[in-house]
Amino acid sequence: MKAVKSILLVGVGGQGTILVSKVLTAGLMRAGYDVKMSEVHGMAQRGGSVTTQVRYGDKVYSPLIGKGMADILVAFEKMEALRWIEYLKPDGIVVVNNYEIPSLPIAIGKEEYPQGIMEALKSNFKTIEIDAAKEASEIGNIKTQNIVLLGALVKAFQLTEIDWIEVMKENIPAKMIDINIKAFNRGMEL
Amino acid sequence: MSGNEAIARGAYEAGDTVAAAYPGTPSTEILEHMIEYKDCIYSEWAPNEKVATEVAIGASIGGARSLAAMKHVGVNVAADPIFTYAYQGVNGGFVLVTADDPSMHSSQNEQDNRYYAKFAKIAMIEPSDSQECKDFMKEAYRISEEYDTPVLFRVTTRICHSKSIVELGEREEVGFKPYVKNISKYVNVPANAKLAHPRLEKRLEMLEEYSNNSPLNRIEYNSKKIGIISSGVTYQYAKEVFGNDASYLKIGFSYPLPMKLIKEFSENVEELYVIEELEPYMEEQIKASGINCIGKEVIPRIYELNPEIISNAILGKIFETKKLDINPVPRPPVLCPGCPHRGFFYTMSKKKNRVVTGDIGCYTLGASQPLAALDTCICMGAGLSAGMGISKVFEASGRKGKVFGVVGDSTFFHSGITGAIDIVYNKGNMVPVILDNRITGMTGHQDNPGTGKTLMGEPTTEIDIVEMLKVIGYKTVKVVDPCDLKAMEATVKEAEEATEPYAIVTKRPCVLIKGLPKPKTKCIVNREKCKKCKMCLKVGCPAVFFKDGKSYIEQSMCVGCEVCLQVCKFDAIERVGE
Repeated sequence: MKAVKSILLVGVGGQGTILVSKVLTAGLMRAGYDVKMSEVHGMAQRGGSVTTQVRYGDKVYSPLIGKGMADILVAFEKMEALRWIEYLKPDGIVVVNNYEIPSLPIAIGKEEYPQGIMEALKSNFKTIEIDAAKEASEIGNIKTQNIVLLGALVKAFQLTEIDWIEVMKENIPAKMIDINIKAFNRGMEL
Repeated sequence: MSGNEAIARGAYEAGDTVAAAYPGTPSTEILEHMIEYKDCIYSEWAPNEKVATEVAIGASIGGARSLAAMKHVGVNVAADPIFTYAYQGVNGGFVLVTADDPSMHSSQNEQDNRYYAKFAKIAMIEPSDSQECKDFMKEAYRISEEYDTPVLFRVTTRICHSKSIVELGEREEVGFKPYVKNISKYVNVPANAKLAHPRLEKRLEMLEEYSNNSPLNRIEYNSKKIGIISSGVTYQYAKEVFGNDASYLKIGFSYPLPMKLIKEFSENVEELYVIEELEPYMEEQIKASGINCIGKEVIPRIYELNPEIISNAILGKIFETKKLDINPVPRPPVLCPGCPHRGFFYTMSKKKNRVVTGDIGCYTLGASQPLAALDTCICMGAGLSAGMGISKVFEASGRKGKVFGVVGDSTFFHSGITGAIDIVYNKGNMVPVILDNRITGMTGHQDNPGTGKTLMGEPTTEIDIVEMLKVIGYKTVKVVDPCDLKAMEATVKEAEEATEPYAIVTKRPCVLIKGLPKPKTKCIVNREKCKKCKMCLKVGCPAVFFKDGKSYIEQSMCVGCEVCLQVCKFDAIERVGE
């Protein structure tokens, strides 16, 4: 019996975290796992902090995890990694996009974007730093940052036996698929 | 499948032919998925939850299996017909889906709607995952018809928005039951209602008998040291924590509760826990029947639960975590770049003594910093009617100035109309402002009576808000583009000075509507002209922020609405891309 694994994806509304969770869920299902995915809609999506959770194994009960339960935290934005870090197991992995989106209190000058996040993550957890904005820009579309991160996650979590290209083809519109495959492969190389 | 998708599928497989709803997180996707079955199910977005429920009840009386779906607070709106339909009983099966929102991810409160079943005396079903959402829907219709009762199908955010594997079945073609005129059953004059009430009580006794034998309520005996009674997603959390180290009484049919089964279970386990999210709905009834159990002594009664909380509460087992010394800055939701509401709220924010009453929608975000231009948000429609009450008090207490009440276009049709009527009829010293962005925004873009399209995808009469306001009696109904700040300010001033009923309709489509022409221009800061006055930051646009000591506009986010451009006194924000 394989133990249930928990993936926590965090980001900011509009970054495409939900699409990544969708692809991830579809791929894990294809590999024969029992999968549960949980997401939050509505007001939270209007530029707020967005989280989705994907859990998989032979038999998954809870769709939801609490603090100290995630095996891997994938942060699409640096400060979001900080916000959700307590949900990660002490020996868990962080995949973090070295990308800053100032939240409103920062944008209007009331607060400062916290410094030293990457260093703090690295000194406490196994941390994989990805510059997804740079990678995505290089392949030609900054909006594919999310799929670069999916590639990095697949590599970090050794889920490479699944045919992700096929899964993406089923879940991403045809006109966007080529660039997203490039983004995925780029993420896998990092 | 998500729970919502599975509920729609379950209704389809059960032979449902009519579905009505008003959008509301976390319930919205139920009807959005229902249109996948539009060949055999008629679906509609109703103007509000009461109308949706009445449409579905009418369909049930007419002989169809029918469904109404809404978020938890929507049931408050729909409560009136539900309580009486409970007395009457059904013809075709009738299921009311309530989607509760523990933790208030997208709601104004976290009321526990399980009490509605007990209060209205109707059967209640609670699925614990997507498969059960689908399967239990079929049982819901069966129970509804067999026991002549409406069924409350209660789910929560984590059921609605969690995806898990579902095995599909075939649609059962139940067709329509014959419609037979039955005045004693369906006309609730007191004489008929008096006869209906004892029937209802008798039905509840029969339903309790069913509950004790229902396949939806089952005992799983493992280790008998700990026994757990739970329902809904909480059952899954409990299984996650205790696995085979506890026995379970899993409740899927939760009103009336299976008291005999509960008693039997309690006698076979050493220590009995009732684990439920929010209120002690089951615990109260179990304790009242003299059975000892532990519940809210250890389990929190606020916010949603998860395995970690349950583990900590019952086993004292805390999952190890590492906390970093750095604190994240909050990231509240904000109005999108280019949001048409921004121009209105910015205008209102310029004078701090202006009172703006609001309610539920994207425009609730007008309350957030730096705009902070909303005084109240209670419930759908209260933007106008609560403003009316405040205006009456201000008149009496001598506080100067008119109250501005805001509702969105969809909320105007939902329950803003009645408030708009009250203002004219009872001479309120206030101005209704309809923020018409041509769509139901916050719930993810559903059509409404003002968009000219139905849920089934057909073109229809576009109901004209301006004409409606005129007919109600507003002498002036000013239509204004809220992103034109000069016009917006002038309109607000004119409204403040008006002596006769005056209404404002701000009209500009939500920038997220698909198929709208892409903006041709964007705004950019001329860094040499920028005087660092930070005026542009006061519009609260996520695309505008301070970078390296001066204002900066993130080009990937800007949609060229030019609200910031109009605010800048030094012409440092320029239009580019023409």
